[in-house]
Amino acid sequence: MTKHPDHISAEKFLAELRRFQKGSVTRRHFLGVTGLGLATAVLSTAMPGLRPRKAYAGLSGTLNVTTWPNYFSQENYDDFTKKTGVPINVNVFGSNEEMLAKLQAGSTGWDVLVPTNYTISTYKGLDLIEPLDLKLFPSYDPAQQDPRFLGPGTIDGVTYAVPKDWGTTGFIVNTKSTTENPVSWKDFFAATQGPLSGKVTVHDYQLTTIGSAAKSLGYSFNTVDPKELAEVEKLLIATKPHLFGITSDYQPAMRNGDAAMAMCWTNDAAQLHRDLPEMSYRLGKDGGEIWVDHYAVIKGAPNRDAAYAFLDFILTPEINAKEIEAHGTPTPDARVIKLLPKDILENPILYPAADQLSVLEYGAAETLTNPARAELMARFKSA
Amino acid sequence: MAGLVPAILFTRGKKMRGSRPRMMKLSMTSSLRSKLVTALLLAPAGLFFVFLLLVPLAVVLLFSFGERAPAGGYVPAFTLQNYMDLPARGKAFFNTLTLAPLGTLLTALFAFPMAYFLAVRTSPKWRIALLILVMAPFWTSQLLRYYAWMIILGNKGLPSWLAMVGLTDVRIINTPWAVLIGAVYGYLPLMVPPIYVSLEKLDKRLLEASADLGATPTRTFLQVTLPLALPGVATGSMLVFILLMGDYILPQFLGGGKVFFIGNALVDLFLQSRNWPFGAAVSVALVAIMFVTIYFYMRFVLSKSDTRRAALV
Repeated sequence: MTKHPDHISAEKFLAELRRFQKGSVTRRHFLGVTGLGLATAVLSTAMPGLRPRKAYAGLSGTLNVTTWPNYFSQENYDDFTKKTGVPINVNVFGSNEEMLAKLQAGSTGWDVLVPTNYTISTYKGLDLIEPLDLKLFPSYDPAQQDPRFLGPGTIDGVTYAVPKDWGTTGFIVNTKSTTENPVSWKDFFAATQGPLSGKVTVHDYQLTTIGSAAKSLGYSFNTVDPKELAEVEKLLIATKPHLFGITSDYQPAMRNGDAAMAMCWTNDAAQLHRDLPEMSYRLGKDGGEIWVDHYAVIKGAPNRDAAYAFLDFILTPEINAKEIEAHGTPTPDARVIKLLPKDILENPILYPAADQLSVLEYGAAETLTNPARAELMARFKSA
Repeated sequence: MAGLVPAILFTRGKKMRGSRPRMMKLSMTSSLRSKLVTALLLAPAGLFFVFLLLVPLAVVLLFSFGERAPAGGYVPAFTLQNYMDLPARGKAFFNTLTLAPLGTLLTALFAFPMAYFLAVRTSPKWRIALLILVMAPFWTSQLLRYYAWMIILGNKGLPSWLAMVGLTDVRIINTPWAVLIGAVYGYLPLMVPPIYVSLEKLDKRLLEASADLGATPTRTFLQVTLPLALPGVATGSMLVFILLMGDYILPQFLGGGKVFFIGNALVDLFLQSRNWPFGAAVSVALVAIMFVTIYFYMRFVLSKSDTRRAALV
């Protein structure tokens, strides 16, 4: 009793609240000096319903989460609703550009967004996402994340997004329908123009298609140099007649044998390989893309409290582990990796050897928004 | 419909009250009122037309003179550069302007015998059931149906059957042929009903008269049946042509990104490279081409069918 005063004046309370909000005192100090900690402790024993909920009490409305297809565990989302009473409305998108276009148009009503590494600085620049208040979702621990994935979400020392899952862009080969053994992007394009003519697909996505073609010529994945892009264009246009298709929906073509090789993302590779063991996923020895998707909170989110409660919930290691088991995309969180079953951790598609990853590059924001690359892709597609 | 009923009640009430003296004033107010009613009845469609068609078109036109913002989007400017860049999408215009009319023609060729059979040869007992069957494909999603065609036209489908009769290495999927097959399949249900309606109205006595006067069945078909069915063919063709010109799902799915339509170019411009001003210019060009094509086509068809009808009656 001597340590804590019996009561606290309104002015003092507000002053302490300010100090706490500004981050000059710890949460523990704030709860102690105001007596709120004690009050909460007493209350929570008196009302058992409050105890397990942490920050989940007092939430209402609906939470709008905007993400990618097949990228969450429905069971987890249902559990969140059970715990908080907040139903989750999932919006599924096909590309980062579509997400950005929708957000730029305004009033989406979204709360939580799943952006890929190279879009975060653009969102921040356009003032579309808020700097995250890490105190509001203590289950996230930056120290436990693979440091290589922490860069893109942090701008000038401020965290705007926290990593969700990561993966790579390589290519998949149906080893039953060809004896070719391409191991680099150089091989990939050579085989397409040669023995695998008519049986290969590339992404309908300028970032990866142009980037991988640039790698095959020994340039950066993110090149915007006009001379290098001109060479990439020559290669792509020369390859076009030999392609089966230009599509990001290549699973059907690979599955029914129309295509024998496809430019491919980690998650598609894992799904194809799971069903058809002859599907072999390779990362280019000459480089390629590594990516990491994030959670971010939309600026002016209509249900901001629920958004943070959701982040706290979903990033809890046990819950996040269920998430990874459902969609199969690797996580950068060491605590979650410990909880994952062996068959996921030992799958070289999901967790390739470290030396294979060291040559990979992140896509850059400039790469995605560069008009020259967009026009190049359009000329390639309409050639 | 909802707007229509009260409006009619309104006129009735006024008319009944009007059955009193002072005839002059009555006729004046009643003509004013009928004008008001007409205006009220036209208002929903008119507002719809202005705010959801003319205003957006004006916005698209305005955007087409602007410039792309650094991160994509639109910044106001006045430049004709976007129109000068149109040849960069020449292939998309070429593909659309060849495959859309060809697809429409093929659909009409497939639809006409079907509609003829339904309208002339089928007993009225079965007609409704068969007409419903024509529409049945619309009961499932278009995407789902195109996915099915991806498998039918893929190498384990049709080409593998052709290989059994000795035609090896046939490639259908991701070629213009696949897009044409998809167009006929997808748009047949839109083409059949208008042709059916015009054939059903056909006066059978005209066919008898033609035969009596010594015309062969072929000649009767070419000189009597076909001209009378022309308005139906024209309506159906317009429906299909307009939709095909703007289609992007069909070339995306069955063309696999190798058969590039204006629709695909627009999707890329607005969603991938987010060059809205150039996208707006392409849209304006598409609208202009459609307008001119449809204008001349309709004029041609209407003049043809009108003179024939006048000569016959």
